[in-house]
Amino acid sequence: MRRRTWTFYAQFAFTLLVCLFLLVPVVMSVLAGVTVNFLQGLGSGLTLQWVYEVWRLYSDTIFLSLLIAIACLATTIVIGVPAAYVLAKRGGPVARMIEETLTLPLAIPGLAIALALLITYGGIREFRASWVFILVGHVLYTLPFMIRAVMAVLSSINFRVLEEGAASLGAGFWQRFFGVIVPNCRSGILAGSLMVVTLSIGEFNITWMLHTPLTKTLPVGLADSYASMRLEIGSAYTLVFLVMILPLLVAMQVWAQPRKRRAAVAEPEADPAQSEGLTRYVAREVVRP
Amino acid sequence: MKRPDTSGTSVILDGCAKTFDDGTRALEPIDLEIEAGETMVLLGPSGCGKTTTLRIIAGLESPDPGGRVLFGDDEVTPLPIERRNVGMVFQSYALFPNMNVEQNVAYGLKVRRLPRQQVEQRVGEMLEMMDIEALRHRQIDQLSGGQRQRVALARAIAIHPRVLLLDEPLTALDALLRERLRVDIDALLRRLGITAVYVTHDQAEAMALGDRIVVMSNGRVAQIGAPRNIYHSPANGFVADFIGTMNRLSGHARNGRLEVPGGVLPWSAERDGPVELLFRPESAQIVEPERAQLKGQVVTSFFLGDRCRLAVDGGGETHMIIETSGRHHYAPGDPIHLKLEEGEFLTLR
Repeated sequence: MRRRTWTFYAQFAFTLLVCLFLLVPVVMSVLAGVTVNFLQGLGSGLTLQWVYEVWRLYSDTIFLSLLIAIACLATTIVIGVPAAYVLAKRGGPVARMIEETLTLPLAIPGLAIALALLITYGGIREFRASWVFILVGHVLYTLPFMIRAVMAVLSSINFRVLEEGAASLGAGFWQRFFGVIVPNCRSGILAGSLMVVTLSIGEFNITWMLHTPLTKTLPVGLADSYASMRLEIGSAYTLVFLVMILPLLVAMQVWAQPRKRRAAVAEPEADPAQSEGLTRYVAREVVRP
Repeated sequence: MKRPDTSGTSVILDGCAKTFDDGTRALEPIDLEIEAGETMVLLGPSGCGKTTTLRIIAGLESPDPGGRVLFGDDEVTPLPIERRNVGMVFQSYALFPNMNVEQNVAYGLKVRRLPRQQVEQRVGEMLEMMDIEALRHRQIDQLSGGQRQRVALARAIAIHPRVLLLDEPLTALDALLRERLRVDIDALLRRLGITAVYVTHDQAEAMALGDRIVVMSNGRVAQIGAPRNIYHSPANGFVADFIGTMNRLSGHARNGRLEVPGGVLPWSAERDGPVELLFRPESAQIVEPERAQLKGQVVTSFFLGDRCRLAVDGGGETHMIIETSGRHHYAPGDPIHLKLEEGEFLTLR
């Protein structure tokens, strides 16, 4: 192995320092959530009392967050996949303009979106008071992620020809859409779904403006607990949030990786069971560098 | 040999033109009659309208108003592709990556809601016929190009199509494999006795596969005919140049003689005037100087094993290509003497 110079160690130390700078607050926060008295330090002992307390006070926010995330996912799939398909199929400047417009909520502060929703629909009492009001905000915010993810896959699979192939075999539009287009978009839908769910669970800006005392989500509850509860409870709440969101983030990383490896491993090798002629020219083809 | 399981039909295009939305005229009005069981090859350079013609037959494009597409006695012009019962093989195969080989072949049958047993039986037949039984459970991304091509063919034939449409099916393969599959496809089409329309830009492929060839250029039919017919009596300069190698010399007919750069040929037609002389490389014989009609100098010589291909400067605008048996070695600069037998050359006025 090459001898490592002092620059390697300097860079390594710097990287480590940056990592620590980012990780220590997370660890501190998590520790605070399981310490009996954070002001006295770890010496006061570890406890799950605060986590239990969070569960007692805020479990409804956790369930509401999950409900909204799942509803948001369902909505973005139902709207986003067909929308991505139509935009990809149409193409041209109009489709691009629509795509840009759909992406606009990402550039606008969540508070502004929420305010616009309140001004427009705040008067409809039933709607305003239900969690569906928050759902609308979340869908606005997460939809572009679903559409982008599906469009990215569509542009990589030559779906027009696949569709023509299916049509030539007698498949009508719906058979083609559900039998060929959607299954082949699976990786995009999956990546988009994880994005939508994590964003929805963590969304604060829009939700904070739209929520009512009866429709508090997890992040709104967090803000509430930071403002009015003791530090340990707020920290225990963060811990609960991390436990919910981390597996999703890990799953996102794993699934988002292209699944090309399997294909690369399975070389089209010559199969002894095949006829001699076929084997022969398959072998020839494989020889190509 | 026609098998009972085929349902080949004749295909008639009646005044089918195609103008795209942006105003480009891809196809001038074309009339075409493809007989039942015939293999018709649409041949031409890219942009000549051959693929558009195929897509009109398939139902992927509709002809401009006034054009009609008939399968046998049925007019199918307003029907989309999924209701025309055609089998189609695409250049990129269009196999479904979310399904394995077996499921791909079964797709068209399942769409038709055939009973499971029937589907399985037909899929088995197809896999056996295309010699891909061993690949039955493979995913598409685990197949080589040639294997994909076979799956695509099996999938298209499985549904008993009225017409089999092939859009440059061999273009994506390397030369050696292309030749092998060409032979296989030819045998398959003969065996099935199916009506087939085959699009290609490769004239060798067209010659080998077609019962008849439609040579197309700039959205028009340049010539329709059997391969031999097209090779030996091209209807115009485009066809002559596009099919095989053709030497061209511009000459002048005068007093029963045709004067061309590099020599003089006997000329029987009465009319005098400028004449374009065309001949195939294999038509020119290399002779002793005293019998020569044309003279030239060897520019380059390519040894091809069984024969030698010479580029000869005969004073014309382009070099002539001449073929000889590989025995005699010609070096650049060597003089060469040629003779053209009567009937071995063509003229265009």
